[in-house]
Amino acid sequence: MLAYIIRRLLYAIPILIGVNLLTFALFFVVNTPDDMARMQLGVKRVTPEAIQKWKAERGYDKPLVWNAAAAGGAKLTDTILFAKSVRMFVGDFGRADDGRDIAREITTRMGPSLAIAVPTFVLGLFVAISFALLLVFFRATTLDFAGVVLCVAMMSISGLFYIIGGQWLVSKVWHLAPISGYSGGLDAAKFLVLPVLVNVVSGIGSSTRWYRTIFLEEITRDYVRTARAKGLPERVVLFRHVLRNAMIPILTGVVVVIPSLFMGSLLIESFFGIPGLGSYTIDAINAQDFAVVRSMVFIGSVLYIVGLLATDISYTIADPRVRLK
Amino acid sequence: MSFQPVLLWSDALLFILIATIIALALWARRQEPLRAAWGRVLKDGVAMAAATVLAVFVLIGLLDSLHFRERLPDQPGVPARYAVDVSSVLDALLSDLRARSEKTYSAPLATHLYSKEALADSAQREFPRLKHGGAHLGQDLSSHEFDIALRVSRGCAGGLVIWLLLVSVWCKVRGLEFIEMLKVGADGTAMRPVILTMLPILLLFGVAMSLGGSYHVFGTDKVGLDVLYLSFKAIRTSLLIGTLATLIMLPAAILLGILAGYVGGWVDDLIQYLYTTLSSIPGVLLIAAGVLMMQVIIDTHPDWFATTAERADARFLALCAILGVTGWTGLARLLRGETLKLRELEYVQAAQAFGVGRFAIMLRHILPNLMHIVVIAVVMDFTGLVLAEAVLSAIGIGVDPNTVSFGSMINTARWELARDPIVWWSLVAAFFIMFALVLAANLFADAVRDAFDPRSSA
Repeated sequence: MLAYIIRRLLYAIPILIGVNLLTFALFFVVNTPDDMARMQLGVKRVTPEAIQKWKAERGYDKPLVWNAAAAGGAKLTDTILFAKSVRMFVGDFGRADDGRDIAREITTRMGPSLAIAVPTFVLGLFVAISFALLLVFFRATTLDFAGVVLCVAMMSISGLFYIIGGQWLVSKVWHLAPISGYSGGLDAAKFLVLPVLVNVVSGIGSSTRWYRTIFLEEITRDYVRTARAKGLPERVVLFRHVLRNAMIPILTGVVVVIPSLFMGSLLIESFFGIPGLGSYTIDAINAQDFAVVRSMVFIGSVLYIVGLLATDISYTIADPRVRLK
Repeated sequence: MSFQPVLLWSDALLFILIATIIALALWARRQEPLRAAWGRVLKDGVAMAAATVLAVFVLIGLLDSLHFRERLPDQPGVPARYAVDVSSVLDALLSDLRARSEKTYSAPLATHLYSKEALADSAQREFPRLKHGGAHLGQDLSSHEFDIALRVSRGCAGGLVIWLLLVSVWCKVRGLEFIEMLKVGADGTAMRPVILTMLPILLLFGVAMSLGGSYHVFGTDKVGLDVLYLSFKAIRTSLLIGTLATLIMLPAAILLGILAGYVGGWVDDLIQYLYTTLSSIPGVLLIAAGVLMMQVIIDTHPDWFATTAERADARFLALCAILGVTGWTGLARLLRGETLKLRELEYVQAAQAFGVGRFAIMLRHILPNLMHIVVIAVVMDFTGLVLAEAVLSAIGIGVDPNTVSFGSMINTARWELARDPIVWWSLVAAFFIMFALVLAANLFADAVRDAFDPRSSA
């Protein structure tokens, strides 16, 4: 298995290089740094000196990929590609437009993001699987039908309405939790309740339906009939047999998102004013801080690749028959 | 001619899309499995009811896609000039709603503005009377409720009459008794759910038209625009996002998916590398990066666009393209897997043995057998894209601020929730119309998936 993991990690390198080249092309070739400077400084009446200054401040005044003026190895290293993209591989993301170090900002903002994402993830998974098992237990009855109808209806509501509705009902009408904001330490709990709740509720519809389909597929298998034939109650059949055998499709969808929890949820964090990585990204998008967006894209794809690898490893734990070679 | 037709790029793409759907439908009629699958959809009551609702939305969207510029009043010696702003046929039909704007917020069916103002003829601050909402009542407001009730019943009656007319015409065509039409399984086709769905739709339209003539049914927004009018305009944006993004990605996904699966070797490796790389970037971030870059291009080239509508349209199409680029990887992966399976089947191997060319095999033998996956992907993607538009617009990377969309409606409305009394009507209007659209699309997509998925019918 170790050989497999190492090989997969080696596969990840060309993909990350691809991501890196893609973001490089998107941010520096499609629009030249001159264009970006002109856009940030205002399109009209901008002097070439101002553009030069803007570029020099951010280190964009170098050639894109090949610096003919430099000597020796610096021909390659003293370029935008090397300084801005290649250095991301060693965790050097440079500075944001406000002068702060992006890597440090990311480590401090990770906490609030995780404080929202982890409870949401665990609670959401638990609630959705329980509801799905409940619907499967009452399959082909009115309760099942009503449950599915409710799921489809809940899926059809935009996530924005869950957030707005939750803020209005819980904070404004019932005064149970603050509308938005965040504070460190134990105080954080009261700020976290509402975003976590809203996030879980908005995801219930689609995930419950998804797990229900998985369970229904399992329940027609022969081993389930055998389990019933030997007199096991339905409850035991569901929890001991169906749930465990449905682990592989569940893990496929679930494990891959675990590393990405660090990234936080853009929508939830910006609506609830949580100072996490999601709102960091949103702020950067609105302020057109390209360095931050570029870094987040890179980190996001690293986490995704880690997630894929973790999924494969989780298979071997859930199902001993799976061998990674 | 008193107007000049304008064809925006998104309109052109929409018409191409509709032509493609019609061509595909004609082609599918001759394909036994596809016809059988669509037949199952036609017999499904829920699907047909959902399709009716969708058809109404599509009709509104189409009316809103026929654009023109009005001709300005002639002046002697000057060649004919046309208005700068682009309107659509829907704007012309709703010109009443569009023209009757108030000063600022007003609640649904209200006769007075939302906020107090100092009036000229009194010392106190009063709620000023609306210019248009309930203007026919004059100063005597005692008959306000009665007037609304009267108009609601009049609208209902109008809707009912139109519905009865439509049903009787349909009965005449099919040669059926009126009452039989409403019984279960009276007609072999699934007209019954369609007819029953038409009733509430027509009633709602009747009420909206009858009330909309002299009130603001959903109130007015911050700058006094009628929210009902805005909701109608937002429908086109939603529909286009849901379909054009898929249309843009479809050729690439199909071509690359089949090539990777059938040709194999280094082509397969290359295409797999391409979509693994693209899909490893989190979707929202790739969209954000793309939208940022597009904004730079549009802002630094203001001379490319003649009107603001064209500029908004360019940004809109770019958004569709970016959504398409991020969305094609999943479909390409599915198609590749299915092609790998099909490649080993006897009929493909027989074609190879007969010396049929590679591209002929891919076109004649592989592609038609992948169509069910494509159809399922297209209808399933629709709702996701409609919902994504709202979210993207809310975090500032969606459509142009000049484009009316549910996302921008929600985004502007959410800042008003802090007011007291709260301004709820824009949100509620956007909620219900979006919910109807997405729910209908979800139900229709489920029926299509059940009908086309070979596993579910087995």
